[in-house]
Amino acid sequence: MLELNDIHTFYGPIEALKGITLKVNQGEIVCLIGNNGAGKSTTLMTISGILKPKAGTISFIGSDISDMPPHSIVEMGISHVPEGRRIFPRLTVKENLEMGAYSVSRRLKTTPPIPPLARGGVGGVKSQFDKVYEMFPVLKEREKQMGGTLSGGEQQMLAISRALMSEPKLLLLDEPSLGLAPIIVSRIFKAIREINKEGVTILLVEQNAHAALNLSGRGYVLENGRIKMHGQGKDLLNSEEVKKAYLGE
Amino acid sequence: MFIQQLINGLTLGGVYALIALGYTMVYGILELINFAHGEIYMLGAYLGIIFLAFFTTVGLTAYSLPLAMILTFVLSVIFCSAYGFTIEKIAYKPLRNAPRLSPLISAIGVSIFLQNYVMLTQGATDKIFPNLFEKAGIEFIGARVTYTQIFIIAASAVLMLSLNLFITKTRMGKAMRAVAQDKVMASLVGINIDTVISATFIIGSALAAVAGLMVAIYYGLVNYSIGYIAGIKAFTAAVLGGIGSIPGAMFGGVLLGLVESFSAAYISSEYKDAYAFIILIIILFIKPSGLFGKSQEEKV
Repeated sequence: MLELNDIHTFYGPIEALKGITLKVNQGEIVCLIGNNGAGKSTTLMTISGILKPKAGTISFIGSDISDMPPHSIVEMGISHVPEGRRIFPRLTVKENLEMGAYSVSRRLKTTPPIPPLARGGVGGVKSQFDKVYEMFPVLKEREKQMGGTLSGGEQQMLAISRALMSEPKLLLLDEPSLGLAPIIVSRIFKAIREINKEGVTILLVEQNAHAALNLSGRGYVLENGRIKMHGQGKDLLNSEEVKKAYLGE
Repeated sequence: MFIQQLINGLTLGGVYALIALGYTMVYGILELINFAHGEIYMLGAYLGIIFLAFFTTVGLTAYSLPLAMILTFVLSVIFCSAYGFTIEKIAYKPLRNAPRLSPLISAIGVSIFLQNYVMLTQGATDKIFPNLFEKAGIEFIGARVTYTQIFIIAASAVLMLSLNLFITKTRMGKAMRAVAQDKVMASLVGINIDTVISATFIIGSALAAVAGLMVAIYYGLVNYSIGYIAGIKAFTAAVLGGIGSIPGAMFGGVLLGLVESFSAAYISSEYKDAYAFIILIIILFIKPSGLFGKSQEEKV
Protein backbone atom coordinates (compact mmCIF):
# COMPACT_ATOMS: atom_id res chain seq x y z
CA MET A 1 0.00 0.00 0.00
CA LEU A 2 2.70 2.46 1.06
CA GLU A 3 6.28 2.07 -0.02
CA LEU A 4 9.22 4.28 0.88
CA ASN A 5 12.23 3.65 -1.24
CA ASP A 6 15.64 4.99 -0.10
CA ILE A 7 14.25 8.27 1.27
CA HIS A 8 16.69 11.05 2.17
CA THR A 9 15.25 14.09 3.94
CA PHE A 10 17.16 17.17 5.09
CA TYR A 11 16.57 19.92 7.62
CA GLY A 12 18.69 22.61 5.98
CA PRO A 13 22.16 21.06 5.82
CA ILE A 14 21.37 18.27 8.28
CA GLU A 15 20.45 14.92 6.83
CA ALA A 16 17.69 13.60 9.08
CA LEU A 17 16.75 10.55 7.04
CA LYS A 18 19.65 8.69 5.46
CA GLY A 19 17.92 6.27 3.16
CA ILE A 20 14.73 4.92 4.68
CA THR A 21 13.12 1.97 2.94
CA LEU A 22 9.96 0.61 4.39
CA LYS A 23 6.68 -0.90 3.38
CA VAL A 24 3.19 -0.93 4.84
CA ASN A 25 0.66 -3.44 3.54
CA GLN A 26 -3.07 -2.98 3.36
CA GLY A 27 -4.76 -3.64 6.71
CA GLU A 28 -1.58 -3.77 8.80
CA ILE A 29 -0.53 -1.93 11.92
CA VAL A 30 3.14 -1.12 11.53
CA CYS A 31 5.13 0.70 14.18
CA LEU A 32 8.29 2.76 14.06
CA ILE A 33 10.28 2.78 17.25
CA GLY A 34 13.56 4.44 18.12
CA ASN A 35 15.11 7.09 20.31
CA ASN A 36 14.52 10.82 20.16
CA GLY A 37 16.00 12.23 16.99
CA ALA A 38 16.11 8.86 15.24
CA GLY A 39 13.90 10.25 12.46
CA LYS A 40 10.50 8.78 13.30
CA SER A 41 8.51 12.02 13.09
CA THR A 42 10.56 13.14 10.12
CA THR A 43 9.57 9.96 8.32
CA LEU A 44 5.87 10.69 8.89
CA MET A 45 6.26 14.36 7.92
CA THR A 46 7.94 13.25 4.70
CA ILE A 47 5.14 10.82 3.90
CA SER A 48 2.46 13.47 4.42
CA GLY A 49 4.33 15.95 2.25
CA ILE A 50 5.21 18.61 4.84
CA LEU A 51 8.88 17.79 4.26
CA LYS A 52 10.11 17.01 0.76
CA PRO A 53 12.64 14.22 0.30
CA LYS A 54 15.86 15.19 -1.48
CA ALA A 55 16.11 11.72 -2.94
CA GLY A 56 14.06 8.56 -3.05
CA THR A 57 10.45 7.83 -3.87
CA ILE A 58 7.25 7.36 -1.90
CA SER A 59 4.47 5.47 -3.57
CA PHE A 60 0.95 5.04 -2.27
CA ILE A 61 -1.45 2.57 -3.90
CA GLY A 62 0.61 2.67 -7.02
CA SER A 63 1.05 6.44 -7.43
CA ASP A 64 4.18 8.41 -6.70
CA ILE A 65 3.31 10.95 -3.99
CA SER A 66 6.82 12.28 -3.25
CA ASP A 67 6.21 15.53 -5.15
CA MET A 68 2.61 16.10 -4.12
CA PRO A 69 1.59 18.98 -1.84
CA PRO A 70 0.21 17.90 1.56
CA HIS A 71 -3.41 18.74 0.73
CA SER A 72 -3.36 16.43 -2.30
CA ILE A 73 -1.82 13.63 -0.23
CA VAL A 74 -4.75 13.95 2.20
CA GLU A 75 -7.11 13.63 -0.73
CA MET A 76 -5.30 10.45 -1.79
CA GLY A 77 -6.34 8.95 1.56
CA ILE A 78 -3.46 9.51 3.99
CA SER A 79 -4.28 11.22 7.27
CA HIS A 80 -1.64 12.34 9.75
CA VAL A 81 -2.06 12.88 13.50
CA PRO A 82 1.10 14.84 14.28
CA GLU A 83 3.14 14.83 17.44
CA GLY A 84 1.69 17.12 20.09
CA ARG A 85 -1.81 16.68 18.60
CA ARG A 86 -1.94 20.22 17.19
CA ILE A 87 -5.59 20.87 17.88
CA PHE A 88 -6.76 24.23 16.48
CA PRO A 89 -7.07 25.91 19.90
CA ARG A 90 -9.49 28.64 18.90
CA LEU A 91 -11.84 26.50 16.85
CA THR A 92 -14.58 24.57 18.61
CA VAL A 93 -14.40 20.78 18.84
CA LYS A 94 -17.00 20.56 16.09
CA GLU A 95 -15.11 22.99 13.87
CA ASN A 96 -11.92 21.03 14.41
CA LEU A 97 -13.74 17.96 13.13
CA GLU A 98 -15.18 19.90 10.21
CA MET A 99 -11.67 20.91 9.26
CA GLY A 100 -10.73 17.25 9.35
CA ALA A 101 -13.40 16.66 6.73
CA TYR A 102 -12.16 19.56 4.62
CA SER A 103 -10.86 17.40 1.79
CA VAL A 104 -14.01 15.26 1.81
CA SER A 105 -16.38 18.20 1.57
CA ARG A 106 -14.42 19.34 -1.44
CA ARG A 107 -14.49 15.89 -3.02
CA LEU A 108 -18.23 15.78 -2.48
CA LYS A 109 -18.63 19.18 -4.04
CA THR A 110 -16.40 18.82 -7.08
CA THR A 111 -16.90 15.18 -8.00
CA PRO A 112 -20.50 14.27 -7.22
CA PRO A 113 -20.61 10.70 -8.57
CA ILE A 114 -19.23 9.02 -5.45
CA PRO A 115 -21.41 6.08 -4.45
CA PRO A 116 -22.65 6.69 -0.90
CA LEU A 117 -21.72 3.16 0.16
CA ALA A 118 -18.08 3.72 -0.66
CA ARG A 119 -18.21 6.77 1.56
CA GLY A 120 -19.26 4.73 4.55
CA GLY A 121 -22.99 5.24 4.27
CA VAL A 122 -25.42 7.86 3.13
CA GLY A 123 -24.59 11.38 4.21
CA GLY A 124 -20.80 11.13 3.96
CA VAL A 125 -19.44 13.70 6.39
CA LYS A 126 -22.43 13.49 8.67
CA SER A 127 -22.14 9.78 9.26
CA GLN A 128 -18.44 10.21 9.91
CA PHE A 129 -19.38 12.65 12.70
CA ASP A 130 -21.60 9.97 14.21
CA LYS A 131 -18.82 7.42 13.97
CA VAL A 132 -16.24 9.44 15.85
CA TYR A 133 -18.78 10.60 18.42
CA GLU A 134 -19.64 6.98 19.00
CA MET A 135 -16.00 6.10 19.48
CA PHE A 136 -15.34 9.08 21.80
CA PRO A 137 -18.66 10.25 23.31
CA VAL A 138 -16.87 12.92 25.35
CA LEU A 139 -16.26 14.85 22.14
CA LYS A 140 -19.98 15.08 21.52
CA GLU A 141 -20.41 16.57 25.00
CA ARG A 142 -17.67 19.09 24.34
CA GLU A 143 -18.83 19.87 20.79
CA LYS A 144 -19.14 23.63 21.34
CA GLN A 145 -16.05 24.04 23.50
CA MET A 146 -12.85 25.56 22.11
CA GLY A 147 -10.28 22.93 21.22
CA GLY A 148 -7.67 24.60 23.42
CA THR A 149 -9.75 24.07 26.56
CA LEU A 150 -9.74 20.26 26.33
CA SER A 151 -7.54 18.07 28.52
CA GLY A 152 -4.57 16.27 26.99
CA GLY A 153 -6.43 12.99 26.63
CA GLU A 154 -9.46 14.65 25.08
CA GLN A 155 -7.19 16.54 22.69
CA GLN A 156 -5.63 13.27 21.60
CA MET A 157 -9.09 11.79 21.02
CA LEU A 158 -10.04 14.88 19.04
CA ALA A 159 -6.82 14.71 17.01
CA ILE A 160 -7.46 11.09 16.06
CA SER A 161 -11.12 11.80 15.29
CA ARG A 162 -10.20 14.81 13.20
CA ALA A 163 -7.86 12.63 11.15
CA LEU A 164 -10.62 10.05 10.66
CA MET A 165 -13.04 12.65 9.30
CA SER A 166 -11.39 12.47 5.89
CA GLU A 167 -12.03 8.71 5.83
CA PRO A 168 -8.40 7.81 5.28
CA LYS A 169 -7.08 4.55 3.94
CA LEU A 170 -3.84 5.03 5.86
CA LEU A 171 -3.55 6.71 9.25
CA LEU A 172 -0.21 8.06 10.43
CA LEU A 173 -0.08 8.35 14.22
CA ASP A 174 2.77 10.20 15.90
CA GLU A 175 3.22 9.48 19.62
CA PRO A 176 -0.47 9.15 20.52
CA SER A 177 0.41 8.18 24.12
CA LEU A 178 2.73 11.09 24.82
CA GLY A 179 2.07 12.75 28.17
CA LEU A 180 -1.14 10.86 28.88
CA ALA A 181 -2.22 8.95 31.99
CA PRO A 182 -1.95 5.13 31.64
CA ILE A 183 -5.72 4.68 31.73
CA ILE A 184 -6.14 7.12 28.82
CA VAL A 185 -3.29 5.47 26.95
CA SER A 186 -5.10 2.13 27.03
CA ARG A 187 -8.28 3.87 25.79
CA ILE A 188 -6.34 5.32 22.89
CA PHE A 189 -4.65 2.03 22.04
CA LYS A 190 -7.99 0.26 22.15
CA ALA A 191 -9.38 2.85 19.75
CA ILE A 192 -6.42 2.36 17.42
CA ARG A 193 -7.13 -1.35 17.32
CA GLU A 194 -10.80 -0.68 16.55
CA ILE A 195 -9.96 1.76 13.79
CA ASN A 196 -7.67 -0.84 12.27
CA LYS A 197 -10.39 -3.48 12.47
CA GLU A 198 -12.63 -1.21 10.41
CA GLY A 199 -10.12 -1.44 7.61
CA VAL A 200 -7.82 1.53 8.15
CA THR A 201 -4.14 0.73 7.76
CA ILE A 202 -1.99 2.26 10.49
CA LEU A 203 1.58 3.47 10.68
CA LEU A 204 2.36 4.22 14.30
CA VAL A 205 5.30 6.07 15.83
CA GLU A 206 5.78 5.41 19.54
CA GLN A 207 8.15 6.04 22.42
CA ASN A 208 6.23 3.41 24.33
CA ALA A 209 7.93 0.59 22.42
CA HIS A 210 6.42 -2.19 24.48
CA ALA A 211 2.80 -1.20 23.91
CA ALA A 212 3.46 -0.36 20.28
CA LEU A 213 5.11 -3.68 19.47
CA ASN A 214 2.32 -5.55 21.22
CA LEU A 215 -0.22 -3.78 19.09
CA SER A 216 1.60 -4.06 15.79
CA GLY A 217 1.97 -6.81 13.30
CA ARG A 218 5.36 -5.56 12.21
CA GLY A 219 7.84 -3.01 13.42
CA TYR A 220 10.84 -1.05 12.23
CA VAL A 221 13.60 0.19 14.54
CA LEU A 222 15.09 3.52 13.53
CA GLU A 223 18.49 4.80 14.59
CA ASN A 224 20.16 7.97 13.37
CA GLY A 225 17.99 8.27 10.29
CA ARG A 226 18.48 4.65 9.21
CA ILE A 227 16.44 1.50 9.62
CA LYS A 228 18.40 -0.62 12.03
CA MET A 229 16.21 -3.68 12.03
CA HIS A 230 12.70 -4.76 11.20
CA GLY A 231 10.52 -7.76 11.73
CA GLN A 232 7.37 -9.11 13.35
CA GLY A 233 6.24 -7.19 16.44
CA LYS A 234 6.52 -10.30 18.61
CA ASP A 235 10.03 -11.09 17.38
CA LEU A 236 11.22 -7.55 18.03
CA LEU A 237 9.76 -7.71 21.53
CA ASN A 238 11.87 -10.77 22.23
CA SER A 239 15.02 -9.52 20.53
CA GLU A 240 17.84 -8.94 23.00
CA GLU A 241 18.98 -5.78 21.23
CA VAL A 242 15.55 -4.17 21.26
CA LYS A 243 15.00 -5.22 24.87
CA LYS A 244 18.22 -3.57 25.98
CA ALA A 245 17.91 -0.35 23.98
CA TYR A 246 14.19 0.40 23.93
CA LEU A 247 12.36 -1.69 26.47
CA GLY A 248 14.70 -0.98 29.37
CA GLU A 249 15.01 -4.62 30.36
CA MET B 1 -22.23 69.44 18.10
CA PHE B 2 -21.85 66.17 19.96
CA ILE B 3 -24.18 64.29 17.62
CA GLN B 4 -22.54 65.90 14.63
CA GLN B 5 -19.10 64.74 15.72
CA LEU B 6 -20.45 61.32 16.52
CA ILE B 7 -21.74 60.96 12.96
CA ASN B 8 -18.51 62.31 11.48
CA GLY B 9 -16.50 59.98 13.67
CA LEU B 10 -18.53 56.92 12.74
CA THR B 11 -18.15 57.75 9.06
CA LEU B 12 -14.41 58.04 9.37
CA GLY B 13 -14.25 55.05 11.71
CA GLY B 14 -16.14 52.81 9.30
CA VAL B 15 -13.58 53.58 6.62
CA TYR B 16 -10.63 52.98 8.94
CA ALA B 17 -12.16 49.71 10.07
CA LEU B 18 -12.60 48.45 6.50
CA ILE B 19 -8.95 49.14 5.72
CA ALA B 20 -7.75 47.82 9.08
CA LEU B 21 -9.45 44.48 8.38
CA GLY B 22 -7.12 43.92 5.42
CA TYR B 23 -4.05 44.51 7.59
CA THR B 24 -5.26 42.31 10.39
CA MET B 25 -6.38 39.40 8.18
CA VAL B 26 -3.08 39.26 6.32
CA TYR B 27 -1.16 39.57 9.57
CA GLY B 28 -3.26 36.86 11.16
CA ILE B 29 -2.34 34.44 8.41
CA LEU B 30 1.16 35.40 7.29
CA GLU B 31 2.44 37.49 10.20
CA LEU B 32 3.26 40.04 7.54
CA ILE B 33 2.46 43.73 7.76
CA ASN B 34 1.29 44.40 4.25
CA PHE B 35 2.51 47.96 3.80
CA ALA B 36 1.12 48.00 0.27
CA HIS B 37 -2.42 47.70 1.61
CA GLY B 38 -2.95 51.47 1.88
CA GLU B 39 -2.09 51.69 -1.81
CA ILE B 40 -4.93 49.31 -2.67
CA TYR B 41 -7.25 51.75 -0.95
CA MET B 42 -5.79 54.57 -3.04
CA LEU B 43 -6.18 52.51 -6.21
CA GLY B 44 -9.81 51.91 -5.30
CA ALA B 45 -10.41 55.66 -5.22
CA TYR B 46 -8.60 56.24 -8.53
CA LEU B 47 -10.30 53.35 -10.27
CA GLY B 48 -13.61 54.77 -9.09
CA ILE B 49 -12.87 58.10 -10.76
CA ILE B 50 -11.74 56.36 -13.94
CA PHE B 51 -14.75 54.08 -14.23
CA LEU B 52 -17.21 56.82 -13.35
CA ALA B 53 -15.66 59.10 -15.97
CA PHE B 54 -16.01 56.30 -18.48
CA PHE B 55 -19.66 55.74 -17.60
CA THR B 56 -20.31 59.48 -17.84
CA THR B 57 -18.72 59.56 -21.31
CA VAL B 58 -20.86 56.73 -22.58
CA GLY B 59 -23.96 58.36 -21.08
CA LEU B 60 -24.75 55.74 -18.46
CA THR B 61 -24.51 58.21 -15.56
CA ALA B 62 -27.13 60.44 -17.14
CA TYR B 63 -29.30 57.43 -17.87
CA SER B 64 -29.17 55.95 -14.38
CA LEU B 65 -26.86 57.26 -11.67
CA PRO B 66 -27.44 54.35 -9.25
CA LEU B 67 -26.62 51.81 -11.94
CA ALA B 68 -23.44 53.69 -12.85
CA MET B 69 -22.41 53.84 -9.20
CA ILE B 70 -23.06 50.16 -8.62
CA LEU B 71 -21.01 49.22 -11.66
CA THR B 72 -18.24 51.58 -10.54
CA PHE B 73 -18.12 49.89 -7.14
CA VAL B 74 -18.19 46.41 -8.61
CA LEU B 75 -15.44 47.11 -11.14
CA SER B 76 -13.20 48.87 -8.60
CA VAL B 77 -13.58 45.96 -6.23
CA ILE B 78 -12.74 43.44 -8.95
CA PHE B 79 -9.68 45.37 -10.13
CA CYS B 80 -8.38 45.98 -6.61
CA SER B 81 -8.87 42.33 -5.71
CA ALA B 82 -6.86 41.43 -8.79
CA TYR B 83 -4.14 43.84 -7.66
CA GLY B 84 -4.10 42.32 -4.18
CA PHE B 85 -3.99 38.78 -5.56
CA THR B 86 -1.16 39.64 -7.96
CA ILE B 87 0.89 41.52 -5.36
CA GLU B 88 0.84 38.48 -3.10
CA LYS B 89 1.90 36.15 -5.91
CA ILE B 90 4.71 38.40 -7.14
CA ALA B 91 6.01 40.09 -4.01
CA TYR B 92 5.25 37.83 -1.04
CA LYS B 93 4.81 34.24 -2.14
CA PRO B 94 8.40 33.80 -3.37
CA LEU B 95 9.55 35.02 0.06
CA ARG B 96 7.28 32.74 2.09
CA ASN B 97 10.23 30.89 3.63
CA ALA B 98 12.61 33.83 3.74
CA PRO B 99 13.49 35.64 7.01
CA ARG B 100 10.66 37.79 8.36
CA LEU B 101 12.26 41.07 7.27
CA SER B 102 12.38 40.21 3.55
CA PRO B 103 8.64 40.25 2.79
CA LEU B 104 8.35 43.40 4.89
CA ILE B 105 10.89 45.16 2.68
CA SER B 106 9.17 43.74 -0.36
CA ALA B 107 5.88 45.21 0.91
CA ILE B 108 7.42 48.66 1.29
CA GLY B 109 8.81 48.29 -2.23
CA VAL B 110 5.37 47.49 -3.64
CA SER B 111 3.93 50.48 -1.80
CA ILE B 112 6.51 52.88 -3.26
CA PHE B 113 6.07 51.35 -6.70
CA LEU B 114 2.29 51.71 -6.70
CA GLN B 115 2.41 55.32 -5.50
CA ASN B 116 4.81 56.29 -8.23
CA TYR B 117 2.98 54.26 -10.83
CA VAL B 118 -0.22 56.16 -10.09
CA MET B 119 1.61 59.48 -9.89
CA LEU B 120 3.17 58.95 -13.32
CA THR B 121 0.02 57.72 -15.02
CA GLN B 122 -2.53 59.96 -13.28
CA GLY B 123 -0.47 63.02 -12.42
CA ALA B 124 0.78 64.42 -9.14
CA THR B 125 -2.05 66.90 -8.63
CA ASP B 126 -5.32 66.24 -6.84
CA LYS B 127 -8.04 64.58 -8.86
CA ILE B 128 -11.57 65.71 -8.29
CA PHE B 129 -14.27 63.16 -7.77
CA PRO B 130 -17.43 64.43 -9.51
CA ASN B 131 -19.80 65.90 -6.95
CA LEU B 132 -22.82 63.82 -7.85
CA PHE B 133 -24.73 63.88 -4.64
CA GLU B 134 -24.49 67.58 -3.80
CA LYS B 135 -24.52 67.98 -0.08
CA ALA B 136 -28.00 66.66 0.35
CA GLY B 137 -28.85 65.16 3.67
CA ILE B 138 -31.18 65.19 6.60
CA GLU B 139 -31.42 67.07 9.88
CA PHE B 140 -31.01 64.70 12.78
CA ILE B 141 -31.40 66.02 16.35
CA GLY B 142 -29.60 69.20 15.50
CA ALA B 143 -26.91 67.55 13.41
CA ARG B 144 -26.63 67.58 9.66
CA VAL B 145 -26.11 64.13 8.20
CA THR B 146 -25.42 63.84 4.49
CA TYR B 147 -26.66 60.90 2.48
CA THR B 148 -23.07 60.06 1.72
CA GLN B 149 -22.37 59.70 5.44
CA ILE B 150 -25.41 57.51 5.93
CA PHE B 151 -24.29 55.40 3.01
CA ILE B 152 -20.73 55.05 4.35
CA ILE B 153 -21.85 54.10 7.86
CA ALA B 154 -24.44 51.62 6.56
CA ALA B 155 -22.14 50.07 3.97
CA SER B 156 -19.30 49.66 6.49
CA ALA B 157 -21.63 48.02 8.98
CA VAL B 158 -23.09 45.64 6.40
CA LEU B 159 -19.65 44.68 5.09
CA MET B 160 -18.30 44.04 8.58
CA LEU B 161 -21.29 41.91 9.53
CA SER B 162 -20.97 39.93 6.30
CA LEU B 163 -17.27 39.39 6.88
CA ASN B 164 -18.01 38.17 10.37
CA LEU B 165 -20.56 35.69 9.06
CA PHE B 166 -18.14 34.57 6.39
CA ILE B 167 -15.34 33.95 8.91
CA THR B 168 -17.48 32.15 11.46
CA LYS B 169 -19.88 30.17 9.28
CA THR B 170 -18.43 29.28 5.90
CA ARG B 171 -16.03 26.50 5.04
CA MET B 172 -13.45 28.91 3.63
CA GLY B 173 -13.82 31.22 6.65
CA LYS B 174 -13.16 28.37 9.05
CA ALA B 175 -10.21 27.27 6.93
CA MET B 176 -8.82 30.81 7.22
CA ARG B 177 -9.02 30.63 11.00
CA ALA B 178 -7.40 27.20 10.96
CA VAL B 179 -4.54 28.44 8.78
CA ALA B 180 -4.06 31.45 11.07
CA GLN B 181 -3.76 29.13 14.07
CA ASP B 182 -1.52 26.39 12.67
CA LYS B 183 -0.39 26.33 9.05
CA VAL B 184 1.25 22.90 9.15
CA MET B 185 -1.78 21.28 10.74
CA ALA B 186 -4.08 23.07 8.31
CA SER B 187 -2.26 21.52 5.37
CA LEU B 188 -2.33 18.13 7.12
CA VAL B 189 -6.13 18.20 7.15
CA GLY B 190 -6.13 18.95 3.45
CA ILE B 191 -6.43 22.73 3.30
CA ASN B 192 -4.62 24.28 0.36
CA ILE B 193 -2.67 27.06 2.10
CA ASP B 194 -2.04 29.00 -1.11
CA THR B 195 -5.75 29.20 -1.89
CA VAL B 196 -6.53 30.46 1.60
CA ILE B 197 -3.79 33.10 1.41
CA SER B 198 -5.03 34.27 -1.99
CA ALA B 199 -8.59 34.48 -0.67
CA THR B 200 -7.36 36.57 2.25
CA PHE B 201 -5.65 39.07 -0.03
CA ILE B 202 -8.68 39.22 -2.33
CA ILE B 203 -11.12 39.90 0.51
CA GLY B 204 -8.84 42.44 2.20
CA SER B 205 -8.32 44.28 -1.09
CA ALA B 206 -12.02 44.29 -1.89
CA LEU B 207 -12.77 45.93 1.47
CA ALA B 208 -10.00 48.50 0.92
CA ALA B 209 -11.37 49.27 -2.56
CA VAL B 210 -14.81 50.01 -1.14
CA ALA B 211 -13.23 52.19 1.55
CA GLY B 212 -11.20 54.11 -1.04
CA LEU B 213 -14.15 54.74 -3.27
CA MET B 214 -16.33 55.87 -0.38
CA VAL B 215 -13.71 58.32 0.83
CA ALA B 216 -13.34 59.67 -2.71
CA ILE B 217 -17.07 60.35 -2.75
CA TYR B 218 -16.99 61.79 0.77
CA TYR B 219 -14.09 64.22 0.36
CA GLY B 220 -14.36 64.70 -3.40
CA LEU B 221 -10.57 64.82 -3.74
CA VAL B 222 -8.08 62.06 -4.50
CA ASN B 223 -4.32 62.15 -4.56
CA TYR B 224 -1.70 59.48 -5.27
CA SER B 225 -0.43 59.74 -1.68
CA ILE B 226 -3.72 59.27 0.20
CA GLY B 227 -2.95 55.59 0.73
CA TYR B 228 0.02 56.43 2.91
CA ILE B 229 -1.64 58.29 5.77
CA ALA B 230 -4.85 56.24 5.58
CA GLY B 231 -2.76 53.09 5.62
CA ILE B 232 -0.82 54.20 8.70
CA LYS B 233 -4.03 55.16 10.49
CA ALA B 234 -5.76 51.89 9.63
CA PHE B 235 -2.68 49.98 10.69
CA THR B 236 -2.82 51.90 13.97
CA ALA B 237 -6.45 50.89 14.29
CA ALA B 238 -5.53 47.26 13.72
CA VAL B 239 -2.77 47.37 16.35
CA LEU B 240 -5.08 49.20 18.73
CA GLY B 241 -7.63 46.42 18.47
CA GLY B 242 -4.98 43.71 18.62
CA ILE B 243 -3.39 42.83 15.30
CA GLY B 244 -4.65 39.53 13.91
CA SER B 245 -8.04 39.97 15.59
CA ILE B 246 -10.94 40.71 13.26
CA PRO B 247 -13.33 42.17 15.87
CA GLY B 248 -10.29 44.10 17.12
CA ALA B 249 -9.78 45.76 13.74
CA MET B 250 -13.46 46.68 13.51
CA PHE B 251 -13.52 48.13 17.00
CA GLY B 252 -10.12 49.80 16.63
CA GLY B 253 -11.18 51.48 13.38
CA VAL B 254 -14.38 52.90 14.78
CA LEU B 255 -12.64 53.99 18.00
CA LEU B 256 -9.96 55.77 16.02
CA GLY B 257 -12.52 57.58 13.87
CA LEU B 258 -14.41 58.76 16.94
CA VAL B 259 -11.26 59.88 18.75
CA GLU B 260 -10.11 61.89 15.75
CA SER B 261 -13.43 63.50 15.19
CA PHE B 262 -14.08 64.41 18.84
CA SER B 263 -10.59 65.60 19.60
CA ALA B 264 -10.54 67.74 16.46
CA ALA B 265 -13.80 69.36 17.55
CA TYR B 266 -13.22 69.72 21.30
CA ILE B 267 -9.45 70.07 21.62
CA SER B 268 -7.85 71.33 18.47
CA SER B 269 -7.96 70.33 14.84
CA GLU B 270 -4.34 71.40 14.34
CA TYR B 271 -3.08 68.07 15.63
CA LYS B 272 -5.87 66.02 14.10
CA ASP B 273 -3.54 63.30 12.85
CA ALA B 274 -1.57 63.05 16.09
CA TYR B 275 -4.43 61.93 18.34
CA ALA B 276 -4.58 58.55 16.71
CA PHE B 277 -1.02 57.84 17.71
CA ILE B 278 -1.43 59.27 21.21
CA ILE B 279 -4.26 56.81 21.79
CA LEU B 280 -2.16 54.02 20.33
CA ILE B 281 0.72 54.74 22.72
CA ILE B 282 -1.61 54.87 25.73
CA ILE B 283 -3.31 51.58 24.87
CA LEU B 284 -0.09 49.78 24.12
CA PHE B 285 1.22 50.91 27.50
CA ILE B 286 -1.76 49.41 29.25
CA LYS B 287 -2.28 46.31 27.07
CA PRO B 288 0.63 45.60 24.72
CA SER B 289 -1.27 43.00 22.70
CA GLY B 290 -4.05 45.47 21.85
CA LEU B 291 -7.62 45.60 23.07
CA PHE B 292 -8.74 42.28 21.58
CA GLY B 293 -5.29 40.79 21.14
CA LYS B 294 -4.29 37.46 22.55
CA SER B 295 -1.24 37.55 24.72
CA GLN B 296 1.43 35.11 23.53
CA GLU B 297 -0.24 31.81 24.00
CA GLU B 298 1.43 29.03 25.87
CA LYS B 299 2.55 25.98 23.95
CA VAL B 300 1.29 22.75 25.41
